[in-house]
Amino acid sequence: MNAPLSAAELGKRLDYLLGPVLSSRRTAAPLAQALSALDRQQQDFVLHWIEVIDRSNYELAYQFAAAAAEALGQLGASSAEAWIIHAMDAYDREGLFRGSEVFRQFDLFRRQAADSHAVTFAEYAPVLELFVCGLAGRRLKLEIADEAKTDTETLFLPPRIALFPDKADNCAVYRILAVLLWAQGRYGSWQADLGAACAARPDPARAAALLAHFEGLRLEARIARLFPGIARTMARLRGGEPDPRCAGLVSANATVGDSLALLDRLYDSFNPPALPWSFSLHPGTNAVRSARLARERSELAAALAALMRQHPPPESAAAAPEGRFSIETGQSADADGAAEFELRLDGRSVTPPAEVVQLIDSLLQDLGEIPDDCLQAAGGGGYREKDEDAEQTGDITPDGGHDGSAYFYDEWDYKRRHYRKNWCVLRETDIEPADDGFAVATLARYRPQIAQLKRSFEALRGEDRLLKRQSGGDDIDFDALVEGCVDLKTGMELPERLLTRRHKAERNLAALFMVDMSGSTKGWVNDAERESLVMLCEALEVLGDRYAIYGFSGVTRQRCEIYRIKRFDDAYDDTVRRRIAGITPRDYTRMGAAIRHLTTLLDAVDARTKLLVTLSDGKPDDYSDHYRGKYGIEDTRQALIEAHHAGIKPFCITIDQEARDYLPQLYGPANWTLVDNVERLPLKVADIYRRLTA
Amino acid sequence: MVTRLTPPGAQPLPTEARLIRNEPYYEAVGGEIALFEAARASCLPVLLKGPTGCGKTRFIEHMAWRLQRPLITVSCHDDLTAADLVGRYLITANETLWVDGPLARAVRSGAICYLDEVVEARRDTTVVIHPLADDRRILPMEKRGELLQAPPEFQLVMSYNPGYQSVLKELKHSTRQRFVAIEFRYPDASLEEKIIRSESAADSATASALVRLAQMTRNLKGNGLDEGASTRLLVHAAKLITRGIPAAAACHGAIAEALSDDPEMLRAIDEFAASVF
Repeated sequence: MNAPLSAAELGKRLDYLLGPVLSSRRTAAPLAQALSALDRQQQDFVLHWIEVIDRSNYELAYQFAAAAAEALGQLGASSAEAWIIHAMDAYDREGLFRGSEVFRQFDLFRRQAADSHAVTFAEYAPVLELFVCGLAGRRLKLEIADEAKTDTETLFLPPRIALFPDKADNCAVYRILAVLLWAQGRYGSWQADLGAACAARPDPARAAALLAHFEGLRLEARIARLFPGIARTMARLRGGEPDPRCAGLVSANATVGDSLALLDRLYDSFNPPALPWSFSLHPGTNAVRSARLARERSELAAALAALMRQHPPPESAAAAPEGRFSIETGQSADADGAAEFELRLDGRSVTPPAEVVQLIDSLLQDLGEIPDDCLQAAGGGGYREKDEDAEQTGDITPDGGHDGSAYFYDEWDYKRRHYRKNWCVLRETDIEPADDGFAVATLARYRPQIAQLKRSFEALRGEDRLLKRQSGGDDIDFDALVEGCVDLKTGMELPERLLTRRHKAERNLAALFMVDMSGSTKGWVNDAERESLVMLCEALEVLGDRYAIYGFSGVTRQRCEIYRIKRFDDAYDDTVRRRIAGITPRDYTRMGAAIRHLTTLLDAVDARTKLLVTLSDGKPDDYSDHYRGKYGIEDTRQALIEAHHAGIKPFCITIDQEARDYLPQLYGPANWTLVDNVERLPLKVADIYRRLTA
Repeated sequence: MVTRLTPPGAQPLPTEARLIRNEPYYEAVGGEIALFEAARASCLPVLLKGPTGCGKTRFIEHMAWRLQRPLITVSCHDDLTAADLVGRYLITANETLWVDGPLARAVRSGAICYLDEVVEARRDTTVVIHPLADDRRILPMEKRGELLQAPPEFQLVMSYNPGYQSVLKELKHSTRQRFVAIEFRYPDASLEEKIIRSESAADSATASALVRLAQMTRNLKGNGLDEGASTRLLVHAAKLITRGIPAAAACHGAIAEALSDDPEMLRAIDEFAASVF
């Protein structure tokens, strides 16, 4: 093992790494002094992580460095890594203060880590998120909070649960809490104004706690009928029967009204027992809920208008068609299970598209029924689309101060339904190669995975093709032989070429990878993107497909930028690897112009199948511009349609949890994929490419 | 001189044509039976679209039984060539012998020819069905210089799962625009329950729990799963349960492991199962 670094050597490194947050009063010397006591391996570990954390935030890296020497002594290498990741998570989610706090309180982390029966939010959230998504049919956000509560779009859950000695039971409590919170929206807790009901009491906090308890009992009963398995777990863990005075809440058709009535009766006399899964009522729910209702109503109106256009009234209609939609619910909406309904237009049954089904289902969950005024198709003067920012008029001319290296691209304006000519100014630049050994480190880190990827890619290499009428080969060509026999019969010579041979055909495929370099990729996403690209290149070299990599970013339509990382003709060499390492987060994502530019590049390549694969972390967006929102999505969609027309197949790999809301509209239902976990991105990208072209 | 050759695969293929005598169980979801019969009466080919395990193959078996026509099924794979469909010459004792492929046999006998998962076949093979699938209704057999005219009883049916992500496995427009498409979705809850009960003899509580489980997995489509649990998987699970396997184990084996390899996803699906049973 190498000798430990001295305090002076460490001081120099730390000065360099933490420079931006050091000053004459806060120097690296005490940190260096503390770290000099560690062995070399530990020192390298610390320096490595300071470098990594630096990429997110210098102050956070300083806090880590300050705590590292003592923490490493207590935690040991593997749980130190968990501690660092926990702190960085806290930083990503809740900001610098929380991140630094976790670094300072490593002792708390150590004690909590020692409770092997405890379940933390971070460890269970990935499973719970899937669970809740399956339950609700729409993605609900999960977040950490001190008390469990929900505003019907986000479920807030405690950071850790260690109530029971068995870890599985603690997981079950998380699950029960999530189901109860989901059930608030599903079974109409918020159909009454709970905030007002509590505020009317002398002690609103007490009223809220009672009401939360009653609603909990009512929802437990609902859930028990739907999910017998959860009911058994609840019965086992709850400890004690519910108070007999609350028995009315258990009946199948109890509503939030019954809970309110019980509050009236028991306000003075009842003290709620502590349950393992108690939650509080979120005060902001009504605002969130009415915003969603308004949004969904307007979306439904627009969707119904589109549906009406697809179903023109029959010629034979006796009366003038009114264009009235109606809904017949097959099952009353407050019964257990999913509501089923039939949509009718002027009495004729119509099959609603998935979008309408989802909206109606969501409204049914919120309102219990669909009021007639929700079923009016948008049209005439009755409906205005969401307010967009005032339209920006052209404030630059295409030639205004731009040199010859710029490209001009049209942009689609969905409101005008035509292109804005030469609207975006785009430049191509080289990326600055970085010499930080990133590629080497990635290759080392993922060596086994890369070997496996290469093997699976080898299997793809070139499809077998059967060459006929060969003079040498491994099988008989019967067509040739039959003809040969005929020739022979008629007195001619038997031909020589009577064999078939398998030949590996070239995969006639060109792929262009378009990498999001927007500011939002800063930190782990950027690392994951770069690692993905290194692994992808390794795998693609085996396959021999032609491929290119470009990054995109920019600020406003006057400065769209495309960064060359690897052109189709560039070999995958050290320069390319260093360019990948040099990918840094820049500005915004004006996707339309980037797609149009790369479509032009891809169009010039001669290949049978052309793929444009986008690696993205969010929806199209630009700075102080009307590009955000629907305008950007529509322009991107239009650019993708243009790519389609050029014979290019677009595909999108995203890590945006909300991608489901807009990507199907952009790429079609099957041409995108969501990688849930950023850390998995490097392992997934090459695999997705393989599936895509298999 | 070659007089005797038995290369691999040279034996005439066993006939797959079959007349279905007993009614295959099928629950109509919408107007698909009427649509199929109308398409058949008009000599139009049919494309069955839908996710795996939602009843496409069962539907076509049911229709073959209803119409009392033999059904010839070809499961398409990526080495399926035009000759595999139309036919080829074989060599017997110093003479050549023509053997019809399944498509040619179906045309000659006025059967229903069902090309299952047609996108799996090599792209060039779909081209041989083009003249059969428009108003010409002919099958050119180049090697024999013969042109087969399909009788009115002949019907071409293909199935296609639009959920595949591979760009190389999309159906060409020149092919798909020749067909009347019938879209299959998963049946609604009550119907799906009925199907599970009659396919597996499971009780009503088991069937309804399975349907609820399936709905939860279908909610995850696009959020980690490529497809939700199909009706077929539910039937598998129900069959295991009626044989005495505990529900959790049956769902894990028949549903969770069939849908995903991802440990978190497997755990989520197991927890769905633990919740509904």
